[in-house]
Amino acid sequence: MKQQIEIRWHGRGGQGAKTAALLLADVAFKFGKNVQGFPEYGPERMGAPITAYNRISSDPIRVHSNIYDPDYVAVVDETLIQSVDVTAGLKPEGALIVNTPKSSDEIRAQLPGFEGKIVTIDARRIAEKTLGKNFPNSSMLAAVVAVTGLLPREEFLKEMRAAYAHKFAKKPEVVEGNMKALEMTLDAIA
Amino acid sequence: MSMNENTNQNTIVEAIPERMSGNEAVAYAIRQVNPDVMPAFPITPSTEIPQMVSTYISNGQLDTEFIPVESEHSAMSAAIGAEAAGARTMTATSSAGLALMWEELLLAASNRLPIALTLVNRTLSGPININCDHSDGMGARDTGWIQIYAENNQEAYDNYIQAFRIAEHKDVRLPIMICQDGFITSHAVQNLYLLPDEAVKDFVGTYEPEEYLLKPHQPMALGPYSETDYVMEAKKNQLDAMNRSRQVILDVADEFAQMSGRSYGFFEEYRTDDADYIMLLMGSAAGTAKDAVDELREAGIKAGVIKLRVFRPFPEKELAKALSGCKACAILDRCESYNGNSGVLGSEVTAGLYRAGVQIRTLNRIYGLGGRDFTVDSAKSVFEELTNWMDGGEEPLQNEYIGLRR
Repeated sequence: MKQQIEIRWHGRGGQGAKTAALLLADVAFKFGKNVQGFPEYGPERMGAPITAYNRISSDPIRVHSNIYDPDYVAVVDETLIQSVDVTAGLKPEGALIVNTPKSSDEIRAQLPGFEGKIVTIDARRIAEKTLGKNFPNSSMLAAVVAVTGLLPREEFLKEMRAAYAHKFAKKPEVVEGNMKALEMTLDAIA
Repeated sequence: MSMNENTNQNTIVEAIPERMSGNEAVAYAIRQVNPDVMPAFPITPSTEIPQMVSTYISNGQLDTEFIPVESEHSAMSAAIGAEAAGARTMTATSSAGLALMWEELLLAASNRLPIALTLVNRTLSGPININCDHSDGMGARDTGWIQIYAENNQEAYDNYIQAFRIAEHKDVRLPIMICQDGFITSHAVQNLYLLPDEAVKDFVGTYEPEEYLLKPHQPMALGPYSETDYVMEAKKNQLDAMNRSRQVILDVADEFAQMSGRSYGFFEEYRTDDADYIMLLMGSAAGTAKDAVDELREAGIKAGVIKLRVFRPFPEKELAKALSGCKACAILDRCESYNGNSGVLGSEVTAGLYRAGVQIRTLNRIYGLGGRDFTVDSAKSVFEELTNWMDGGEEPLQNEYIGLRR
């Protein structure tokens, strides 16, 4: 039977939501999955709300539309909850993953009527601790992997080390920080 | 055993699994083909292609002469000059970039220059918008270029590799546009299978034009003034070449299938054998329509999809034959043509049905303008219009828009 999960990312231009979606597609591909990773393009301004998507499937993917009934939603910037309907279409058995220092109950209080699962992760604090800067996307990627159970921990980390070594060939000093961000996130959600 | 004998044995070469965006896939194919000259001016969403090619060149992976020009008008002018001089030449553009090339597109075709242009389809203004539709490519339908459209990044890659063999064939010698949907495939990372560098190099071969400007001891003129008494003969020659390209397109596809295991024709038929209702369309939306067809088949509705790949030359007779067994066909256009009854495909397909004496009902729908999303539900809603009509309902209005804000 066809097994497919669909993920919608909400972020702001410049925060790396698109990069996170592409990284997730990359790493799932390494595990032999059929993948799609794509942003929804509009006026690309720093700070403007952006949406990106992932489909990850056991079978070849033919559909080319946006995702309206996601299994999971990842919110890279919690202030978007005020202005964007982040839970629109989210399947009840799925989960909303939010980058925030707040608890899931505090986030739920901002989402009247939403009854699905909420997972919070302080990706900003983790990024600042491991990378010295607010680059939350490694942490958000790990959060999505942990919550979806998409990939086993050790293999995921191994693949990501190789991916970062390639991506940051010209600045290898950031590889360890990013790896640490992944591990801290996986530990926090486990 | 020589390399040539080996390829003649229909060996399917190693397939290299990868994931790339459509733009990356085309840039990768360009690296493998290694054309002689690429003049280009960047425009969204095709910008990444010249950008990636430039990177390949600066990394020493490609020795193409890249000419950064000041506009698309100049890009096509430079491409014409380079191709006329005898160099294998390509460029990339989108939307307004293609519009600015207009005058030169016709010159490239009438001078019989087999330039390859990778078109990343984007709407033409206005309203100003950067997203996908086919108004750029459809607008250039009468310029004398061969046009081939892709559903996904795999097809964009495969079509590009076949392009030079088609365009440069001595029976053809016409420019070719290899098209894919802006952002929807150009910026979406997806799985595909690449071919080994050597296999692509062998398949494409070296460019050996019979006549070109820089040929020693054989001076020639290219693009001179023609008196009225020869213009129609020149145009007829162009048309004959376009018609001869039909067989070449099929032959090249056969050879490509022998190498890659992936088959292509003028169009793809998906579950059409016993279909009562067929949706005919081009580009990425065809994949979405296939998913809709699977759902409808589950519900007992005999639906199918025809995905048009080769738009110029237009496979009118073949389409009429493929549609002859169904009750009704929805023809979907991703551009408006303002004739008041249908888009470009709607008009051309129905004209072909009439000439072939195929008396099925057709319904034209406009979709996806300026990147408006086309979903599985969008496709199902059009099939529902067909089934209601054939079940005795009223004929739906023609030339309506799908998913219009009310």
